[in-house]
Amino acid sequence: MDPELINDCVHCGFCLPTCPTYVLWGEEMDSPRGRIHLMKQHVEGTPVTPEMAGHFDACLGCMACVTACPSGVQYDQLIEQTRAEVERVHVRDPRERAVREIVFSLFPYPRRLRLLRPGMWLAERMAPFLERVHPSLGAMAGLAPRVGRRQRLPRLVRARGPRRAVVGMLTGCVQGEFFPQVNAATARVLALEGCDVVIPPGQGCCGALSVHSGREEQARRLARRTIRTFTRAGVDTVVVNAAGCGSSMKEYGRLLGREPGFRVLDLSEYLAELGPVADRHPLPVTVAYHDACHLAHAQGIRAQPRELLKAIPGLDLREVPESAICCGSAGTYNIFQPEAARDLGDRKAKSVASTGAELLVSANPGCTMQIAAAMRRGGAEIRVAHTAEVLDASLRGVSL
Amino acid sequence: MVGKPLDELTAALHALLPADSVITDPVRLRTYECDGLTYHRATPGVVVLPETAEQISGVVRACNDFGVPFVARGSGTGLSGGALPREDGVLIVTSKMRRVLEIDLPNHRAVVEPGVTNLAITEAVRDQGYYYAPDPSSQQICSIGGNVAENSGGAHCLKYGFTVNHIEACEIVTPDGDLVTLDRMDPGYDLLGAFIGSEGTLGIATKITVRLSRTPESVITVLAAYESIEQGGQAVSAIIGAGIVPAAIEMMDALSIEAAEAAVSCSYPEGAGAVLIVELDGPVQEVVRQFERLQEICSGAFELRVADDPAERAAIWRGRKSAFAAVGRISPAYIVQDGVVPRTSLPKVLAAIDRLSQEYGIRVANVFHAGDGNLHPLVLFDDAEPGAGERAEAVSGAILDLCIEHGGSITGEHGVGADKAKYMPKMFSADDLDTMQLVRCAFDPKNLSNPGKIFPTPRLCGEVPGVRKGVHPLVASGQAEQF
Repeated sequence: MDPELINDCVHCGFCLPTCPTYVLWGEEMDSPRGRIHLMKQHVEGTPVTPEMAGHFDACLGCMACVTACPSGVQYDQLIEQTRAEVERVHVRDPRERAVREIVFSLFPYPRRLRLLRPGMWLAERMAPFLERVHPSLGAMAGLAPRVGRRQRLPRLVRARGPRRAVVGMLTGCVQGEFFPQVNAATARVLALEGCDVVIPPGQGCCGALSVHSGREEQARRLARRTIRTFTRAGVDTVVVNAAGCGSSMKEYGRLLGREPGFRVLDLSEYLAELGPVADRHPLPVTVAYHDACHLAHAQGIRAQPRELLKAIPGLDLREVPESAICCGSAGTYNIFQPEAARDLGDRKAKSVASTGAELLVSANPGCTMQIAAAMRRGGAEIRVAHTAEVLDASLRGVSL
Repeated sequence: MVGKPLDELTAALHALLPADSVITDPVRLRTYECDGLTYHRATPGVVVLPETAEQISGVVRACNDFGVPFVARGSGTGLSGGALPREDGVLIVTSKMRRVLEIDLPNHRAVVEPGVTNLAITEAVRDQGYYYAPDPSSQQICSIGGNVAENSGGAHCLKYGFTVNHIEACEIVTPDGDLVTLDRMDPGYDLLGAFIGSEGTLGIATKITVRLSRTPESVITVLAAYESIEQGGQAVSAIIGAGIVPAAIEMMDALSIEAAEAAVSCSYPEGAGAVLIVELDGPVQEVVRQFERLQEICSGAFELRVADDPAERAAIWRGRKSAFAAVGRISPAYIVQDGVVPRTSLPKVLAAIDRLSQEYGIRVANVFHAGDGNLHPLVLFDDAEPGAGERAEAVSGAILDLCIEHGGSITGEHGVGADKAKYMPKMFSADDLDTMQLVRCAFDPKNLSNPGKIFPTPRLCGEVPGVRKGVHPLVASGQAEQF
């Protein structure tokens, strides 16, 4: 952990009200300021105690504090370094270790996720049993979405009309296997806006889950593979539709010590830069737009998705109160910290419900699963969609 | 320095509070070692996180039983070390007590718990056209309990007054553990007035009734950029001299503009030696008339920006409100000073600060509530450089001397706390301080409630609890009577 980065913190406390765990518990140790203090203690010689590790694990990594900080503390880098340190020196209890192994040998591997698909309908029924084995397994089962039909994407989707650009597209792990319709919609929207969309087959995980959990080696391996895949595909721009993946791919330079040979842009960021050419057909729907933390805080992308949605005739966009506070999904957080994640999910569900919107739009598969599950629990089920799906419906003139 | 009374007390606290509301783990305890002023640090003996007034009362009673001192803390954003813990004591943290209990709009009141943030009060009533007026720069996180303890100010205090002008009643736990309510309407001594700003030495607020104000009908915020701080200062005097009472007049110098620019890209006019932020609010006609006059007065500014919608206004304020923490961008370490001078002495004092800065080789950024002469010099230094901290401390102290010399005060709104206790004798005679101690001892004869703050030495209570030896000089000179 870099002491220079730690010393940037002046202890003003402006980060506290934006921190989801401080909002929940009101305790200094579970605030960014407190966690930085714990890092400082460790750098000064205090060993990582189970208590200390617990407070780092409880951090969602939502980066709302980075947005709030007037002193420019790079908490994103600090928590990443800290998680790696915790993985190196802290010995977790055997049950926790076992569950972490399951998660990290499952989620970053699309082929293994695919094997789960046929059994997903069972998840809801098995949840109580899995909950007894380990709360994390129960949480996983509770989150399982109803998966759509698998759609095989071609290697290349040609631009409709004159070609304006050539872009690569990341298919992702969870997005690709559990939300295949989102990838299909993304490719169609890009093509309708005049892009040749290159979709290299056999893409793996980008490494986001690993890097956000301190598993540096696995992260580097997966990052190198992803870079290789897109370098071979010969694209200079890679468009990503999952916020968590986009944010960690933008950090490849830091992770590997050298920049990849292509730009990484979020779908909404790219579309805003490209400018619209395709016709928008009306969609009479009220939409609550959810800011995914890894889009809003980590990538600073707030305006673009809103502008894209607002440009659709008939679409009524509603703001979600407390939009800067995380929904509790946060990568693997809702699996490893099910209680806190549940509380945050319930809080978010209430905020979303208060908008009266009929459709929840977000740009991250994790958030979508988390908020949908929380709303199901609260008895206020809501339809969910990715920004790409809404645009796709408007561009093609079909209903959502 | 965990002594026996503390061990026994900790056992008693476990009986009063849920297990996870009593913190004894040393690693966790250390995260509470300082508030917003990191210069002073002390790891508390034990931390408690109560959720009700009754729990606080129980904790304070237990402290009395075992003779253990206690310190209250809200969000830990104070800038005078007012919530500096005691190694031999209990830190009572109110950050779990953040419910808005009651909103009574017809009577312009709200009842809140002490851990509610200043801004959360406004957010709870904003849609109905109300707000809570005092606005410290840390308003999104500082707690109302802390505001009451410190009698916090803010940019808009020029027109609307400090916390003390906006509190109707407080339920408090007295230093011996009783739960009592102090109300503005109580006949007799204004005990509420004495309590507000007592910095935790007269008890702990557990329920606060705040006054809500109507959102002004019209607000105009003006940003005026000047080539020099002197020109800015002259404009301030001219504005006040013209009989205008703006909601706020804030000034920032070049160095603090640079910091704010680096932190929040506030895009203030380039090349400004000083910017003035003047906010006018009230009925439309009044604001328009004042605005016309203001434009004439500020004609010397090389750029004048006017914001009349909330987004533009927020953009102007963003730079000012982030200024303290933003200084972290241009300096590894800094001291936020807080002093007051008569408005007319501003130019002289600023020139003297400049001389000090050059003499010691220490940069000083100036941010201030210019309207009421409340200075916030930010003394910048590199804590890695040997001796720099001491020189910064010297500059910071000399600035306070300047304030006193010019007939001002050693604090405008941050409080005395642990940090400025040593300067109190420069402003007050030993007899003055003794008289203040009489008040303190009436509330806290055992000297357990936030001891070590405000007063340089616990003279009276420490020597003979609650009773003064001999005759007070005011009594001896016939100016006062003792009963």
